[in-house]
Amino acid sequence: MESRNFARLRPIGGQLRMKFHSFEIILPVDKKIIPWERYSQQQVTAGVCSMSQKVFEPGIAAGRLEAEAYAVQFSDLHPPLDQHEALVAADRCYFCYDAPCITACPTDIDIPLFIRQIATGTPDAAAKTILSQNILGGMCARVCPTEQLCEQACVREAAEGKPVKIGELQRFATDHLQEQGKHPFERADSTGKRVAVVGAGPAGLSCAHRLAMLGHDVVVHDARPKPGGLNEYGIATYKTPNGFAQAEVDWLMQIGGITLQTGSALGAQMTIEDLKADFDAVFLGMGLGGVNALGAEGEDKTGVLDAVDFISDLRQAEDVAQVPIGRDVVVIGGGMTAIDAAVQAKLLGALNVTLVYRRGRDRMNASVFEQDLASSKGVRIVNHAVPVAVHGNGAVREIEFEYVDGEMNGTGQMLRLAADQVFKAIGQTLQGDALPALEGRKIKVDSTGRTSVDGIWAGGDCASGGDDLTVTAVAEGRDAAMDIHMALVG
Amino acid sequence: MADLRSEFVGIKSPNPFWLASAPPTDKEYNVRRAFEAGWGGVVWKTLGIDPAVVNVNGPRYGAIYGADRRLLGLNNIELITDRPLAVNLQEIKSVKRDYPDRAMVVSLMVPCEEEPWKYILPLVEETGADGVELNFGCPHGMSERGMGAAVGQVPEYIEMVTRWVKASTRMPVIVKLTPNIADIRKPAEAAMRGGADAVSLINTINSITSVDLDLFAPEPTIDGKGAHGGYCGPAVKPIALNMVAEIARDPELSHMPISGIGGVTTWRDAAEFMALGAGNVQVCTAVMTYGFKIVQEMISGLSEYLDEKAMTSVDQLVRRAVPNVTDWNQLNLNYVAKAKINEDLCISCGRCYAACEDTSHQAIAMSEDRVFSVIDDECVACNLCVNVCPVEDCITMEAMTPGTVDPRTGKVVEQEYANWTTHPNNPAAAAAE
Repeated sequence: MESRNFARLRPIGGQLRMKFHSFEIILPVDKKIIPWERYSQQQVTAGVCSMSQKVFEPGIAAGRLEAEAYAVQFSDLHPPLDQHEALVAADRCYFCYDAPCITACPTDIDIPLFIRQIATGTPDAAAKTILSQNILGGMCARVCPTEQLCEQACVREAAEGKPVKIGELQRFATDHLQEQGKHPFERADSTGKRVAVVGAGPAGLSCAHRLAMLGHDVVVHDARPKPGGLNEYGIATYKTPNGFAQAEVDWLMQIGGITLQTGSALGAQMTIEDLKADFDAVFLGMGLGGVNALGAEGEDKTGVLDAVDFISDLRQAEDVAQVPIGRDVVVIGGGMTAIDAAVQAKLLGALNVTLVYRRGRDRMNASVFEQDLASSKGVRIVNHAVPVAVHGNGAVREIEFEYVDGEMNGTGQMLRLAADQVFKAIGQTLQGDALPALEGRKIKVDSTGRTSVDGIWAGGDCASGGDDLTVTAVAEGRDAAMDIHMALVG
Repeated sequence: MADLRSEFVGIKSPNPFWLASAPPTDKEYNVRRAFEAGWGGVVWKTLGIDPAVVNVNGPRYGAIYGADRRLLGLNNIELITDRPLAVNLQEIKSVKRDYPDRAMVVSLMVPCEEEPWKYILPLVEETGADGVELNFGCPHGMSERGMGAAVGQVPEYIEMVTRWVKASTRMPVIVKLTPNIADIRKPAEAAMRGGADAVSLINTINSITSVDLDLFAPEPTIDGKGAHGGYCGPAVKPIALNMVAEIARDPELSHMPISGIGGVTTWRDAAEFMALGAGNVQVCTAVMTYGFKIVQEMISGLSEYLDEKAMTSVDQLVRRAVPNVTDWNQLNLNYVAKAKINEDLCISCGRCYAACEDTSHQAIAMSEDRVFSVIDDECVACNLCVNVCPVEDCITMEAMTPGTVDPRTGKVVEQEYANWTTHPNNPAAAAAE
C-alpha cells in the first residue's frame, strides 16, 4: 500500500490539514479536531489506509502501522464535551420525577440533579453530586456501558431513541473538578480504627475512600506495581487515555488516611489471618486473578495468549507501536475483555481479526454498543462456535472450531481460521487459599458485603452477585465501607 | 391561494408583515434588504430633531434564553436614531421611490411642544412616506427627557400631541402605546380622542434582564452600572396579546385599527395577533435573532393557514377571536373537564406527577412500573400537567358529558351555562335576588 494514502496531520498556518486518498479536510486548529478514526474508519475497515507494507507480513510483528497512526488510533473514543456541547446536552434533561436513570445506575447517582447543576453553570457542584455516590465517577463516565444502564432508562430514549448524554455529561463535570486538582470531601476526625483493603481496583479504592472519609485509617494492598486494578490494567487504551487512571487514584488519595502498599499480594506478602490480626476489619476486593483455559487441544502453542495480558501490555506500553500483533488474530470470548482485545488488535494493524463466541449475539456480555464498535473497526464476529483444536508446528497457525446449537451441542460442522495470534477472553477465576466461604466460584457475600467470616467483607469481581462492571464494584466497595463503619463505631 | 395583501389605515402592503421601528429599520441598507427579503412594510426607526441623540458605547442589549440558548427575551437601551435627520429623510425618500408597493411609515419623537411637530411633519411628508407612527413608548433614555413613554403614560399628553400632529399632516397617524401603564385602554382612548387613525402596541416593557453576579450590576452593564431597558421578544407576546385584546373588545375602541407588536416570531404568532384584533403585525426581535429571511416562513405559513380555514384574505382573520375574549365572571362554571393521560404517548418522565403531587391537587397516580394515571376524584382540570408534559398531546383535557357525575364533587354535570354572577357562593348574586 502506498503511503500517500496515509493520513498526514500537518498544522499549516493556523489550520490542520488531514489528507487521505484524494480528500483533504482542513480544520482551523482552534476547533475541536474530529478524531481521525471517525474519518478513517472505513478506510481502516477496508484495510487500505493507515498501513505500511508490514500489514501483510505474517506472524506477530510490531509496527504494522505508520508511526504517526498510533496516536490517532488510540485517541479518546469519545472526545470530551466542550462547554457549549455540555450545555446543549444538559438542556435536554427533563428532570424526571424519581428518575428512571437513577434507578438504573448501580451507584444511584442523582443524575437529574447533576445535569441541572451543569445546566446552571455549576459543574463542580455537579461533580460533587456524582462523586458523593461514586468516587470513581470519572472512570465510570468513560467505561460504564451507559447504553445498558442510565441512558437506556432515559425517558428520551423512549421518546426519541436519543437519550440524554449522561455518561459524557458526567465526564464533563468530573473532569472539570478533577482537572483543578480539587478534592471535594473532607476526612472526619480519626476514629482510631484500622481497616485493611485487599486490592486497589474499583471496589477496593471505593471502599478505602469511604472508610477514610469516615475517619478510619486504611491500608490498601495490591499485588501489582500500580494501583487501579482493572482501571489501570484491564480496560482498552482508547477508553482511558492520557494516564487518567493513575491521575484519578492520585486525586482520590487526597482524602488522606489511606496508605497504599503495592506489590503486596494476598498469600505472598500477607495472609487473611495476618490482616485479621492486625486490623479492625478487612475488605477483600482483589478481583479475579486467574484466566480460564480453552480446553482445546494444542492450547499451549506459542501465540495463544490471555487477552487480559494483551490489554495490560498495551496499557503499560511506553509506545503502543512496540506492542507486537499478529496478521491474523482470533479472539475467543463474548465479553468486554474480548471486545477490548479484538478492537485493539485491529487498531494495531492486524489484517484480520475474528471474535468467536460460543453463543448468540444476544448472550454476549459485551453491550450492543461494544459489539457495534468492534464491527465498525472491522472485527468479524462469529457466533455459536467453540474451539476444539489449535493447529501449528510449535506456534499457532490455525484454530479449529465446531459450530454448536443453542444447547451447546456440537453440530459436526467445523470452521478453521488462520491465526498467528489467539487471545483467550473466556472469563477469569478467583484465586487464593483460605478464603471465606464461596458461592459458586466467588466469595459469598450478603447485600452489605459481609462474608462468612466475621470481620471480613468482600466486593467487586471477587464477590458473588454484581455484574462484573466497574460501577457495580464501586457500589459494593462503598456499601461495604458503610457497613464496616457501622460495625466499628455503630 | 389566500390573498395576503393588506390595507391598514389606507396604507397598502403586499402582506401584513411590517418591520417595527427599531434597529433593523434604521437605515437604507437594512430596509432595502428587508424589502428584498419580502417584508410588506417598515416603520422607519424613530426620527427626532437634530442634533441627533447619542447612544452608549457599550452593550445595548441583554437577553434571556431557553434551552440551547434560544433567545426568548431581549432588552435594549438603545435610543431613537442617532443619525442626522436629513440623512434619514433622504434615505426614506430613496427607498420609497424604489419600493412604491411597500408600506413606509416613519416613526417620530420630538419634544412635547407643538412647534417641533409642525417642523418635522412636512419634512416627512416630502419623502413620500405613507404615514407616521408617534413613538410614545420608548421607556428608557428618551422618557427621562420628557418624550417617549413619558408622554405615553399620560393620556392627556397623548391626546394633545395626536391632535397637533393630525392638524399638521395629511398622512395617517398611528399612535404607538407603551405597556408600562395600568390600563391600556386609557392611552388608546386618548389617542382616539386626539384623532389617531390607529394605535400600535406594545412598545417595550421596563426590564432588567439579569444581574452580573461578579460585578453586582444589572445587565447590560456599562462600566459597572446598568439602567432599565425595554423588554421584547417571544417572552412578551402574552402581555401584548392581552393588551391588543383589551382594546379590540372595548366597545368604544372596537373600531380603532390596531397594529400588533410584541414577540411576533412566526406566522402563527401573527395569526394570533390578527385573530385578537390586529389588522397587521410589526416584527423586530425575531429578525434581530434570525435575519430578514423569516418572512418567507411567515408568508407561506399564513397563506397555508388561511387556505386551510377557507379564508380568502387576511381581513377575514382579523378579529375572529375577539368575541371569545371575555371576563372571568362570564366563564361557564358548569363546564367540567378532566385530565387524561395517553399511556401510549407517555414517556414516563413523571413531571406531571411531580407538579400535581408537590404543587397541586394530588390527582395523578404513579404505579410501581411508572404508569401515570389521573385520579378523577381529585382532578380539578387545572391544566398544569398538560403544561409541564414534554410530549405534545400526551395529556389532554377532556370535557365531561352533561348528565354524568363528576366524581370529585359528586354532582351531576349540568348542561346549562352558568357563571359566577349567578353562583350561590357569590354574595353579590345573592344580594341581587
